[in-house]
Amino acid sequence: MWALSVVGMLAALFPAFLLIAPNRLLTGEAIRPQAWPLALAWLAIAVCTGLPARAARPVVTTLAWLAVCGLPLLAGLDARIALSEASAFSVRAQLGAGFWLMWLAAALLLLDRLRGLRVPTRTALWVAVLAVLVGCAWVGVFDALGLVREWRAQRAPFALATVEHLRLAAVTLVLALLVGAPLGWWVWRRRRSDGLLVGVLAFLQTVPSLALFALLIGPFAWLAHLWPALGSLGFGGTGAAPAVFALVLYALLPVVRYTVAGLDAVPSDAREAARGLGMSRAQLLWRVQLPLGWPVLLAGLRIVAVQTVGLAAVAALIGAGGLGRFVFLGIGQGAIDMVLLGTLAIIALALAIDFLFQGVLALTERAP
Amino acid sequence: MIEFEHVCKRFGDRMVIDDLSLRIDDGELFVLVGPSGSGKSTLLRMVNRLVPVDAGSVRVGGEDVRSLDVETLRRGIGYAIQSVGLFPHRTVAENIATVPRLLRWPEARIRERVDELIDLLRLDDPGIGTRYPSTLSGGQQQRVGVARALAARPRIVLMDEPFGALDPLTRESLQASLKAIQRDTGTTILFVTHDLDEAFGLADRVGLMLGGRLVQVGTPLDLLRHPVDERVSDFVGGTRARLRELAVRRVRDSMRAGEHADGEPLDADATLQDALGAMLAQGRERLPVHEQGRAVGAIVLGDLVARGA
Amino acid sequence: MHRLHAEGASRWRSALPPLVLALLLVVLPHSATWFHSAWPALSHPLYARTSFLALTGAHLFLVVLATTLSVAIGLGLGVLATRPAGRSLLPTVRAVAVIGQTVPPVAVLAIAVPLLGFGAAPTLLALVLYGVLPVLGQTVAGLENVPPAALHAADGMGYGRWRRLVEVELPLAAGPIMAGVRLSAIVGVGTATIGSAVGATTLGAPIVEGLVGNNPAYVLQGALLVGALALTVDAVLGAVQRRLPTQR
Repeated sequence: MWALSVVGMLAALFPAFLLIAPNRLLTGEAIRPQAWPLALAWLAIAVCTGLPARAARPVVTTLAWLAVCGLPLLAGLDARIALSEASAFSVRAQLGAGFWLMWLAAALLLLDRLRGLRVPTRTALWVAVLAVLVGCAWVGVFDALGLVREWRAQRAPFALATVEHLRLAAVTLVLALLVGAPLGWWVWRRRRSDGLLVGVLAFLQTVPSLALFALLIGPFAWLAHLWPALGSLGFGGTGAAPAVFALVLYALLPVVRYTVAGLDAVPSDAREAARGLGMSRAQLLWRVQLPLGWPVLLAGLRIVAVQTVGLAAVAALIGAGGLGRFVFLGIGQGAIDMVLLGTLAIIALALAIDFLFQGVLALTERAP
Repeated sequence: MIEFEHVCKRFGDRMVIDDLSLRIDDGELFVLVGPSGSGKSTLLRMVNRLVPVDAGSVRVGGEDVRSLDVETLRRGIGYAIQSVGLFPHRTVAENIATVPRLLRWPEARIRERVDELIDLLRLDDPGIGTRYPSTLSGGQQQRVGVARALAARPRIVLMDEPFGALDPLTRESLQASLKAIQRDTGTTILFVTHDLDEAFGLADRVGLMLGGRLVQVGTPLDLLRHPVDERVSDFVGGTRARLRELAVRRVRDSMRAGEHADGEPLDADATLQDALGAMLAQGRERLPVHEQGRAVGAIVLGDLVARGA
Repeated sequence: MHRLHAEGASRWRSALPPLVLALLLVVLPHSATWFHSAWPALSHPLYARTSFLALTGAHLFLVVLATTLSVAIGLGLGVLATRPAGRSLLPTVRAVAVIGQTVPPVAVLAIAVPLLGFGAAPTLLALVLYGVLPVLGQTVAGLENVPPAALHAADGMGYGRWRRLVEVELPLAAGPIMAGVRLSAIVGVGTATIGSAVGATTLGAPIVEGLVGNNPAYVLQGALLVGALALTVDAVLGAVQRRLPTQR
């Protein structure tokens, strides 16, 4: 844990806390307004971590919690000060590597420290962090940051991109489930011949996403050419259709694997008893296999969902829309805030979906 | 009533059941006994069509099992296996209610029946109906399994080594329960085991299977006294057969009516094994026999030995 | 009999991708006429800015370098986290590994750009950062699943901690670790492809350029090559994985 504090200390002193750039396209000048106080704070944390005294532990936890809430606040305020002294409206205050490293270190430290507490306390503290940050955002503390200004300037496209991204992921999941679950069932029934199907799917998994997306454009464009009516469904070459197709292909292997694992979750003697007592295959599926196998499949879907959100970001390169568009457009323009906006949104989306699935899993967990 | 007529079953190039014919009467507790691999489980599972017959026919209540809808057939036959196979995601009550639910019994009737069975199988823990199988002991799980098999009041119950995985005390207790239930309900039970003592203790009639063939059918005493050939006599224990007999025969059949003796009385229903044990414990060669509290005779050690033939 | 047959089949299967890759590298530079006949409207049917061989080499170099670094870091951290001294690090390491899997490779790439500018540098950073995670996760899992009996035996025989690590724990954990390395490399090939969007010279370049300039021929050439490369890497590492001493 002292390693994190050392990282924090160095991050306070050396990399930029904020970067003040003349406009959104150029890299800014580094500023570190609170370098020394922050470094000393990290030193304090490092020292307290090393102390065996029991009183030191809550100190570290408190400091970490304050850091997680406080660093963004500090950044927001510093940005506001820097901008008020600036001459042009176009001046941007960007979050520097120093900020990110410190914030990440603080978050990891807090995560570790909270591990010792019970779940309700833990959840409460994290919710408190979220509440503080959201509250401050509402009040406008972060408004001076380039990130927020970028978002303000692009609110509508951003919202659209988020919806597109979610839609890509949702459609993929549904299709992958519709195709993959029956496939998984079929593979499970015929244990011997599963090698070929699984082999093909595994083969697809190794193909780099960009390559697969790009390769599918041609066939889909050709299809749209043959049946123009498909164009209305988004089949027009570049766009959502080839992306969804590829995303579903990537999702199929995990879905098949987890379906098989879910079906395996039913003990074979329970199956024999069920059949012996007179359950039809359909009843066996509905009443025994599905309830017992569902949690396993759900756990797999969680992984697939997160993977899909990540892959969908690449799909922006073939014109499928989504938050990846912000990322790549920003890279193209050199507008770091735009890149960050897209990236953070994608990460937040992935994390949110992960937590959502974890929650659903916890809720549907019946007694074993 | 269950009838097997020239039934054959082959797995690969092995003849697992070889031209087997057998008739089991209504209300009988018939035990199929034999070493592992003798085909007894396979034969059992032909009754509820879990194993298809290669040749010959199996008839239940006069009708060929193949002519009936398989699910209807199975719902009318109770089925209990060694590994129990309870549904881990369902409570004890829900497990027991499996077949009644399939048969769409009214809820009230199901609840009543479940409570009845919990009592019958002596699942004494209060609130056990709402517990999950993983919280039960092996013996309790098997009791739930038997309850589940009996739930819809089937006329026939198939049991495949149901008590094999249990400790001797639990096994004895379950055997007694089963015998009592069968006596009260008059259900036909086809029971498979490789444990000779269990077979002889439970059965009205026994069928010894060796290598896919039915070698001898009869009461336990028949097999002990009149084994058909050497294989049977080897299986029932050769010289130990006499000791086995003691566990099967009752005091009332071997006592001297009207005679007196000193010592702690034996119940007329007790087995000769109990009698011998009591004699050894008390150091006497004669013990009084009582029936419902009244003295009815005496049992003499010399008679037991003399009956040797 | 059957086992031998299966082994022969898998050997054949793992030799196929490198052969296909080699074939493509030989054939593609001379296939201009074929692409032209498929897409007559294109003025530049064959990607010629850099040779395919150079692109493949650069791509492979990036992946090999990144994977080596990832393995060094991931293995090192993983070993540290499973030592008694580093026990306190373990839950954090696990948390990082889990959270890291949620973050897509694109994001890491995008974050690297502001730090290091354009070109191969951010791509390498992204590859290393993202590549550490599978290796780290698998190293920890593999080391934790070493049968305790083997460890007791080693201690009993007088192995020092270091020797025990090198001669008992790592060999027994080699299977899962290798699986992590393999995954890391495959994801690396994919991420390096996207790296072309930030200026790295890899096989993604023809794809990106083809997408931007509406040139399906470029796209196809890049995609075929990178696909073959990915399968080759997977086949080679898979063969290595199969040759590892199997446990149990």
